[in-house]
Amino acid sequence: MGEWIAFVGLSVAALGSGLAMVLGRQPVHCAVVFLVTLLSLAGLFLLLGAEFIGILQIVIYAGAILVLFLFVIMLLHAHSGEGPRVKLRAQPVLAGLLALGLLLGLGTALLSAASLGRPHPGPPPEGFGTAKAVGTTLFARFLLPFEVTSVLLLLGVIGAVVLGRREAPEKPPRERAAGTARAEAKAHAKGKEKKEVVPR
Amino acid sequence: MTETQTPTWAFGLITLGKGLAVLVGLLTAAAYLTWLERRLLARFQLRLGPNRVGPFGLLQPLADGLKLMMKETFLPQEADRAVFLIAPALSMLAALLAFAVIPFGPPLELWGVKLFQLADPDVGVLFVLAVSSLGVYGVILGGWASASKYSLLGGLRSSAQMISYELAVGLAIVGVILLSGTLRLSEIVAQQAEGVWNVFLQPLGFLLFVIGGIAETNRAPFDLPEAEHELVGGFHTEYAGMRFASFFVAEYGHMVVMASVATTLFLGGWDGPFVEQAPLLGLLWFALKVFAFMFLFIWLRATLPRVRYDQLMSLGWKVLIPLALLNLTLTAAGVAALGAS
Repeated sequence: MGEWIAFVGLSVAALGSGLAMVLGRQPVHCAVVFLVTLLSLAGLFLLLGAEFIGILQIVIYAGAILVLFLFVIMLLHAHSGEGPRVKLRAQPVLAGLLALGLLLGLGTALLSAASLGRPHPGPPPEGFGTAKAVGTTLFARFLLPFEVTSVLLLLGVIGAVVLGRREAPEKPPRERAAGTARAEAKAHAKGKEKKEVVPR
Repeated sequence: MTETQTPTWAFGLITLGKGLAVLVGLLTAAAYLTWLERRLLARFQLRLGPNRVGPFGLLQPLADGLKLMMKETFLPQEADRAVFLIAPALSMLAALLAFAVIPFGPPLELWGVKLFQLADPDVGVLFVLAVSSLGVYGVILGGWASASKYSLLGGLRSSAQMISYELAVGLAIVGVILLSGTLRLSEIVAQQAEGVWNVFLQPLGFLLFVIGGIAETNRAPFDLPEAEHELVGGFHTEYAGMRFASFFVAEYGHMVVMASVATTLFLGGWDGPFVEQAPLLGLLWFALKVFAFMFLFIWLRATLPRVRYDQLMSLGWKVLIPLALLNLTLTAAGVAALGAS
């Protein structure tokens, strides 16, 4: 009973906040309701007994990716937080078509599974979704893809460093990305000093 | 009295009771930390500190609370109302929630329910990391919603700081996980109680965790979010009254939680002399260790000047993270060579 109440509550929260995110006009508000979506999804994972995945959902999506979204929104539209002025006219139509296709695909999959009378897959094996199970799978069965992904991520990091370095080779990219007024002012002051020193 | 099945009402009642006790305890600790901080800072600076309200100024937090409650609550004209109101609550939630998995006493049970730990999930360590990664939201949203340059800059700056140091903290924790081979906090403490405290096996990891923890709780010398001479008050410049107080309490609550996590992971949690004879002593040992961390936090604030922003970032990325990686490699090699404990 308690599980059922939690499931319904979390599902309603996830769907409702997802809808609010799509329909919202204010990017920061959208990000905040999206946080609710992510947290309710994490709750659903926990209900399924997949503790590890539920917690990772929070660590990675809520703790890292959404924060990055917020950074971008705030730095691009710092004060108003409004969206771009240019409206993509084809976007609603395309999005609608895509959503319809997805819905159809899901619907047929569900219906065919129901009509074929396939037995219920039954509960997952003991320990499914725990940290140990995920770790063992990752490092035993999927070792190669895992390592390849890590190389991909490393490439991404190097790429970011290279792109960030282009403007100011003497400064580490992290500082520039954070863009503090102080670092900027310091660079400015240094430039001035040089200019003043040279004529003397 | 030998029932194996805990009645639901008993489970609910005990859980509710300890939840309330922990919440009240944490908030009281946060309030009295402000008193302790002012008194100790005064000592460090050869002053007396607040000593007028009650004996030794012990009623000062109450007076402060009353004053803050009677202040005008103020909403900047351009502020984003909803987000402005949510931000302090988010801060508070993220600061206090992590304590839910901390075992703050020996595993005594009443009707099969653990008395001194709210919940003991398999992934306790990850839960702590997850909750602390949510702490950024209060700061960044509060800074943005205030519609003020200083707040926005302070918010962005401190979220960059928190994200950067989270990495070092996480990597430092991985060393402990490697040693103990479990993510369950109660087991980590039990292993330390039987064997050696992790601080002796992971001295570098402990140091990294403490430095990272100070930076994550935005304490001096890493208190850049509220660098007065640059940012007025940082992300909470526009907040007043109880909303400001929520941020303030959240910061102190976060300190207590951070110290509790450090105690649990590195200092053996509730372990101490005579715990086996008198298990309730464990509560005292735990509180003492947390208090020692608090004293360290305040001592550091009185001693060290604030670092510059570029120093902060290069310390985090160029010193702490490489050292944490080194620590991780050494620990992994050691565990592989000697076998996990």
